[in-house]
Amino acid sequence: MHATASCNATATSNATATSNATPVASPLSRRITAATRRRLLPLSALMMGSLLSAGIAQADISDGVIKIGYLADMSGTYRDLAGPGGLDALKMAVEDFGGSVNGMPIEVLSADDRNSADVGANTVRGWIDQQNVDMVAGLVASSVSIAVTRILAEQDTLGIVSGSAASSITNEHCTPNHVHWVYDTYPLAHGTAKAIVDEGGDSWFLLTADYAFGHALEGDVEKVVNENGGTIVGKVRHPFPTSDFSSYILQAQGSGAKIVGLANAGSDTVNALTTASQFGVVQAGQSLAGLLIFLNDVHALGLEVAQGLQLTTGWYWDLNDETRAWSQRYHERNERKPTMVQAGIYSSTLHYLNAVAATGSDDTATVRAKMGETPVNDMFANNGTIRADGRMVHDMYLVKVKAPSDSQGEWDVYDVIRTIPGAEAYRPLADSQCELVKG
Amino acid sequence: MTMIFGIPLMVLFGQLMLGLINGAFYALLSLGLAVIFGLLRIINFAHGAQYMLGAFAALLGAQYLGLNYWAALIVVPLVVGALGIVVERLLLRRIQHLDHLYGLLLTFGLALIFEGTLVNLFGVSGSSYPIPEALSGGFKLSFMFLPTYRAWVLVAALVVCFGVWFLIERTRLGAYLRAGTENPELVQAFGINVPLMVSLTYGLGVALAAFAGVLAAPLYPVSPTMGSSLLIVVFAVVVIGGMGSILGAILTGLAMGLIEGLTKVFYPEAANTVIFVVMVMVLMLRPAGLFGKEA
Amino acid sequence: MAVLQQDHQAARAGSAPRRITPLGVLYLVLFLLGLLAPWVAYPVFLMKILCFALFASAFNLLLGFVGLLSFGHAAFLATGAYITGFLLAEYPGLSPALGIVAGTLGAVVLGTLFGALAIRRQGIYFAMITLALAQMMFFFFIQAPFTHGEDGLHGVPRGELFGVFDLANNHTLYYFVFAIFVAAFALIRRVVHSPFGQVLKAIRENEPRAISLGYHTDAYKLVAFVLSAGLAGLAGATKTLVFQLASLGDASWHMSGEVILMTLLGGVGTLLGPLVGSGLVIGLQHQLAQSALGDWVSVILGAIFVVCVLSFRSGIIGECQRWIARRQQREDK
Repeated sequence: MHATASCNATATSNATATSNATPVASPLSRRITAATRRRLLPLSALMMGSLLSAGIAQADISDGVIKIGYLADMSGTYRDLAGPGGLDALKMAVEDFGGSVNGMPIEVLSADDRNSADVGANTVRGWIDQQNVDMVAGLVASSVSIAVTRILAEQDTLGIVSGSAASSITNEHCTPNHVHWVYDTYPLAHGTAKAIVDEGGDSWFLLTADYAFGHALEGDVEKVVNENGGTIVGKVRHPFPTSDFSSYILQAQGSGAKIVGLANAGSDTVNALTTASQFGVVQAGQSLAGLLIFLNDVHALGLEVAQGLQLTTGWYWDLNDETRAWSQRYHERNERKPTMVQAGIYSSTLHYLNAVAATGSDDTATVRAKMGETPVNDMFANNGTIRADGRMVHDMYLVKVKAPSDSQGEWDVYDVIRTIPGAEAYRPLADSQCELVKG
Repeated sequence: MTMIFGIPLMVLFGQLMLGLINGAFYALLSLGLAVIFGLLRIINFAHGAQYMLGAFAALLGAQYLGLNYWAALIVVPLVVGALGIVVERLLLRRIQHLDHLYGLLLTFGLALIFEGTLVNLFGVSGSSYPIPEALSGGFKLSFMFLPTYRAWVLVAALVVCFGVWFLIERTRLGAYLRAGTENPELVQAFGINVPLMVSLTYGLGVALAAFAGVLAAPLYPVSPTMGSSLLIVVFAVVVIGGMGSILGAILTGLAMGLIEGLTKVFYPEAANTVIFVVMVMVLMLRPAGLFGKEA
Repeated sequence: MAVLQQDHQAARAGSAPRRITPLGVLYLVLFLLGLLAPWVAYPVFLMKILCFALFASAFNLLLGFVGLLSFGHAAFLATGAYITGFLLAEYPGLSPALGIVAGTLGAVVLGTLFGALAIRRQGIYFAMITLALAQMMFFFFIQAPFTHGEDGLHGVPRGELFGVFDLANNHTLYYFVFAIFVAAFALIRRVVHSPFGQVLKAIRENEPRAISLGYHTDAYKLVAFVLSAGLAGLAGATKTLVFQLASLGDASWHMSGEVILMTLLGGVGTLLGPLVGSGLVIGLQHQLAQSALGDWVSVILGAIFVVCVLSFRSGIIGECQRWIARRQQREDK
């Protein structure tokens, strides 16, 4: 598809370029800048500006610049999970790499997808058509990621999904063009549910967000609980989103289940936990299991509410000296500790740049192949591997939220209970519906 | 145990109790909207944002000024209400002679500004506000465990609602207000400062929203988006009740809370939509709303 | 509602008999610009502007020419988008034209239901009712399986138009979208200047008087509402074809707010206002999303709202018309 715009001038980027990127100072780019300066016709200055910058396409592929586009929710629900912090993590990776690959400058563009699949898809389409972007990073809301990876496959560009939860991204929606780096719902549901059943939490009541994502999570948990000898004694599907969980918590209390499982995400999970704490669910002898909870959620909830909660995470800032050192640097720049997604963005960007440097190419298939051959060994992953379906398989961690009395500081929130080996954590290729690996 | 439609009666009582507590929030917010609408004839789209500002003011006050919950309950509505008066003086006053839809659009723009600014400053995950010491814990009732704080919310909201009702329906000030609603020119001619009254009324409506926000702060995560989705439900409540009467706004709010509570037990999938469905039914049977006067 | 428009100028010029008017020249120039644009600018971006211009024009038909402020037009946009997306994705052989027609009809049906309810009240109540109904649809779209909830519908094939034109080509698709827009624009213009449109304006100016003149104003309002909903659905259906996806964002109240802003900024009650407004808002969002101010999009949109309401109520086209009118008055003297 897509015959792109036919005029062929070289463009400078109209987007935020990173600190270190050296702009290509060609006469052409100067001409564009002059043209940009002339955008002051009244009334339609803005519109003309967009049309102008939107109308210029790239002449050739190896344009002497490695361009990375960072697409994430910068202002909505997932802002704290990735957002501006993720962009900074990406910039840290570029800086640590030296700002250039084999003498070619690295340039970073960024855009807010506002959690809208069409905004995201349109932005990426534009980046590829007009800016010749080589790799798209970030990618948080699952709907945006699925939409964007379709475009990446059509346009043969590489993408690294760091923020999304949906395991379908490397299952039925897999493409040879993208990698899913940090986590997905499969290890989250499996790791947490199995650990809890093994400890004797064998009767469950599920609070499920009533839409496709919640249903999938609910299905995963039911399967694991039943397979490990537990039972589901009841469940209730609440609308998405819900701010008042008191009614559902009351139903969970009435069920007599040992474990109240939360098959929802984001603010729903946070709201459910807050409410459960007010209704004394834990004091009354039941335990809570959150299936999709991030560091920023726990931080927002406060330890008083979240204590005792078990969850699975792909990374934690306080795992070892290496993670602490990197997180300290991040903390100094962003005034908070990194989430696993932000750390994953750093790690995946470095891995990508290494592959580009090693192959001396920005060709998608070449770089993707190199990334797959090379094990991931950095502060994020220990011997991580990228499978043919695009899943980056690495160790996951089962953690328990600390009690306020045990916490040494604002961000000291988890006790690591168990390291779940990558091979055990992620969906086995044998069960995959991905076209790339199905026999 | 007695059962109704397969639900133990005791559980049903518990759910009705919770529904009533939610209804108290609907009542507070729709009351504020009705008070503002009464004199200014505009629908305050920033109401949700002002509710959110109330919760944030309580949170930030506690973090930076050491403002405790009880002080916040008094101070925050005053501060946010004062902000409302500034908005009325600087912005709403300039368009009061225009079609009232412009008021809706202006306050919608304000809501976007408030919400967007706080998202940029504080993110959207929200923060928790601790339940005050005196109200922690709960009662072990025969049919449910009722957290003390929720019981307090119900009582406080009802007291304030009926206090406002009394103020408007039974006092001299309220009489001026009602007269101003009917015929502002005439009231002005009697030497009453109508523009001041308009400012104070808007301030009162906004203060009610902020009060609801402070009450909500310990219940729900305090986040910049907490108001907007709630507001749309409150709009539906207002359409159901009609904005003709103060008491109507209060009663409709409470009733909708109860209906929503029941839905959560019998058919939770529809809990988010049930109030809109009621609105559709009311529009078909009684377009002016249950307590509405004008056609 | 008399304050919401100043299009007498346009009405006067439009009703002039077959004679080359300045307005006719303007339309011709715009048409030619529209034909040339995809060779200068990025076609997908242009198509986005056209889709939203159509959406805003549909909304404007209701606000600008009947005086009804709908705060729930996103519901129709999303209905068109989802129905078209679902049909084209599930039945790959289906002609895109049929998919678009189906989406539009879906919006018409929904518009009839919502319209019948909403026109029972006026003014502010009308706005609140449409907002609440649209929010109900939003929750329906989340839960309904065919929309794929949060994930949205993806990979909708663009297909071939009439078995001849390959719409996968951005330029071909652009001309298809352009044709849809021009046709819809012509329809709106025709409606506005028809006797039917005159009755609508009479309702806007003074409904009791229109009733006393013997018009069944409710029937007129309902027809206008359904027409507006159908056109909004057409915009959604076309948008699905362009982006090859339909998502929840189309159904959210932010979308209903954005279309109001586009219309207000461009000029309520003017025919070209929605086109200019959508171009500006989309262009602004596009620029902001990629700049350091990206986080402030909603604050900036809110500020534009406030400024528009306070001191720019005629919008860009409205102000232009006023300026032209003033100049003509001076010439007449």
